[in-house]
Amino acid sequence: MLIRRHFVLGAIGLVAATAASPAAQAQSSGGNTLVVATTQVPRHFNGAVQSGMATAMPTAQIFASPLRYDDKWNPQPYLAQSWEVAPDGLSVTLHLVKDAVFHDGHPVTSEDVAFSIMAIKANHPFQTMLAAVDKVETPDPATAILRLKNPSPSLLLAMSPALMPILPKHVYGDGQDLKTHPANLKPIGSGPFKLTEYKQGEYYTLEKFDKFFIPGRPKLDKIVVRLVSDQNAAVVSLERGDFSALPFIAGARDIDRLQKAPNLIVTDKGMAGVGPLNWLAFNTRKKPLDDVRVRQAIAYAANRDFIVSKLMGGKATPALGPIAPESPLAEAGVEPYKVDYVKSAALLDAAGYAKGADGSRFSLTIDYIPGADEQQRNVAEYMRSQLKRVGINLEVRAAPDFPTWAQRVSNFDFDLTMDTVYNWGDPVIGVNRTYLTSNIRKGIIWSNTQQYSNPKVDELLQAAAVETSPEKRKALYSEFQKIVVSEVPIYFINVSPYYNAFAKGLGNLPNSIWGMMSPLDELYWEVPPKT
Amino acid sequence: MAFATHLARQIVNAIALLIAVLVLNFCLIHLAPGDPVQVIAGEMGGASAEVVAALRAKYGLDQSLMQQLSIYLGNVAVGDFGYSYYFNQPVLGLILQRLPATLYLTLCALSAALAIGTLLGVVSARRPNGLFSHAVTVVSLAGYAAPIFWTGLLLLLLFGSVWPILPVVGMADVVNPKHGFAYVLDVGRHLVLPSLTLALVFIAQYSRLARVNMIEALSADYVRTARAKGLPEWLVVGKHALRNTLIPIVTVAGHQFGNLFAGAVLVETVFSWPGMGRLVFDSILRRDYPTLMAVLFFSALMVMTANIVTDMIYRLVDPRIRTGRR
Repeated sequence: MLIRRHFVLGAIGLVAATAASPAAQAQSSGGNTLVVATTQVPRHFNGAVQSGMATAMPTAQIFASPLRYDDKWNPQPYLAQSWEVAPDGLSVTLHLVKDAVFHDGHPVTSEDVAFSIMAIKANHPFQTMLAAVDKVETPDPATAILRLKNPSPSLLLAMSPALMPILPKHVYGDGQDLKTHPANLKPIGSGPFKLTEYKQGEYYTLEKFDKFFIPGRPKLDKIVVRLVSDQNAAVVSLERGDFSALPFIAGARDIDRLQKAPNLIVTDKGMAGVGPLNWLAFNTRKKPLDDVRVRQAIAYAANRDFIVSKLMGGKATPALGPIAPESPLAEAGVEPYKVDYVKSAALLDAAGYAKGADGSRFSLTIDYIPGADEQQRNVAEYMRSQLKRVGINLEVRAAPDFPTWAQRVSNFDFDLTMDTVYNWGDPVIGVNRTYLTSNIRKGIIWSNTQQYSNPKVDELLQAAAVETSPEKRKALYSEFQKIVVSEVPIYFINVSPYYNAFAKGLGNLPNSIWGMMSPLDELYWEVPPKT
Repeated sequence: MAFATHLARQIVNAIALLIAVLVLNFCLIHLAPGDPVQVIAGEMGGASAEVVAALRAKYGLDQSLMQQLSIYLGNVAVGDFGYSYYFNQPVLGLILQRLPATLYLTLCALSAALAIGTLLGVVSARRPNGLFSHAVTVVSLAGYAAPIFWTGLLLLLLFGSVWPILPVVGMADVVNPKHGFAYVLDVGRHLVLPSLTLALVFIAQYSRLARVNMIEALSADYVRTARAKGLPEWLVVGKHALRNTLIPIVTVAGHQFGNLFAGAVLVETVFSWPGMGRLVFDSILRRDYPTLMAVLFFSALMVMTANIVTDMIYRLVDPRIRTGRR
């Protein structure tokens, strides 16, 4: 309909446009609207069946969840006003707020919570997240009891808005396949905002839900999310005030440019929960990389400091181990592999790979994920010159696109590869998959593609997954991190930089561990933008 | 009568060619390494073998290529283009939502390129060795030689940042939707940069063509005759010479629809234009076979339609073809 009008009027418009007044078009409609630009296009709006940032951002606005988190990893009441974990760790009881309603007016009850948890368990890509849940009991409308097969300390984090949207059973429980449910595009939740409009590939509009159960919130009337297909266009438009927020900015140059803009605040807070790690992975079953000394030698030659400070313009945080440094479970006391070419050469000699007449020891290939030059390709190219210093010839293999790279790596058809894998908060959700022997799955990317296998590591991860004492759990993960770093199935490089930029004048910026993937009900304009 | 017969023959040929395009696309896409299940399983952070097998069965990827192809052709025959793996929606809906925007952009760009290119060519043909003629040659060749996304980015920076007078995202203001004439103006302003970027590539070709043909026409006998009759110069150039200049340009323009679509993919991505361009790009990266094949099918359909229409216009404009005299 709209398009048809475009057709009729386009030609006139084109002529008229040339005569239009040369004033920049401010898209900020002032008042109480937030205009967000993002390159992340959601498939739909149901985070119960879909992972990833693109869906998590709107999901956290449309749906409420049992808990939410602050910037210190502490759970806060949300749909659950209080909760108890049984001493044996085999059940979690949620006491729901009494006055929460869905956007269609139906009250939120324990039935909805039970339905949603089982639906997420059955459909969400993160299969380990709710694996421990056996069933959910609903003794009364305001109480839900999760019965567990084994203790699951990661469960409380899985109750975050980005991971556990509470769906209305009367809408989604009609027997249709949840992954293709029509309501995924016309969602009904109990979160602070309602989805009022979605134009595929163009924009979606979220409007304030008047009956949101937290009094006085949300503070904004409307959030318009414009889907931008080119990051340059997003950056330029943000600078000139067309948008008031741009989340998930990854390029050092863009970050640098926006940090210099007088009208913006640029922050790297709000991704701690995601913990996106960028690393160099080894195929540990392939000669000569099956020898731990060779992997250590490469780690000593790699020079993380140079990569982070120079190649990434100082915008990335170094990562020393498998758990992202912002996590309370991160262990800082691991071998940092400070650059040391002498040590590197000695390790290679000890492993039986002496330099030949031409000065080289052996040749390897390195792959990288196409499309992320700063984090992937540049580092791969740089590795070639670094490893040359210690007599290793490295050939960089480009892949035309992601599926080609995924095909190679998941079928173990590689020597070294750059990779980016997310922690997703708790190690059980996003870390274990990379190291468990049971997760060596040919043909499946982001499983244990290094084919790394260490019974001690398996044991530690399994024990930590069910350990209810926080201190003991941290100790188990510390040991796990020390082993993995010393055995180098992966050389950890950095946390992928994801910055958020906001227009000055916004208050209560979303700096919690989930950042823009948490409810924006407290965000408000201290100084409304000019219309 | 001959015209109708010719048209019917053209349509039959086009249908046969479309079927060939469908089969070829199917084979090409399935030859590319990786498949959609791998992309989906990757998001699951290490799915089990059973889950992967179930996904392959769900999408029919566990059958032989021949079986998959015959099922696909059968479905397309009844207008069923399948379900997007990625968006979990019927593909036809996705395409129909985006097709008009692409058509709109390409037609505007084509019209602009034709008008500007012809005008520049005709004017520079009047003094083929003049400064203006050389300037047109240099500038239009630069526009032709520069990669289209680079031209787009340059214009984006120029008019979006350095001299921020034009919007660089989307098709219309979605925050403060305009109405009436303000809306027309708004859409027009959004259209300037993407259509100019796309037009720049083609302006060079049309201005060169117009210039060469105009120079040739102006030295032709019938122009000399017209001038000898004492006709005013604007009539000589604008009517007699221009008509013969336009024929090759219309032909080339009609046959360039394919290039125009290829350019649109890049331009739409740079300016977030809500057309099929971005859909093609993303579908390739995700191995979203049904979406990709449908996009390619519709692109082929449009290119062929454009070719047939061009052919028909050509026959109408040039009486020599109609009557078979050369």
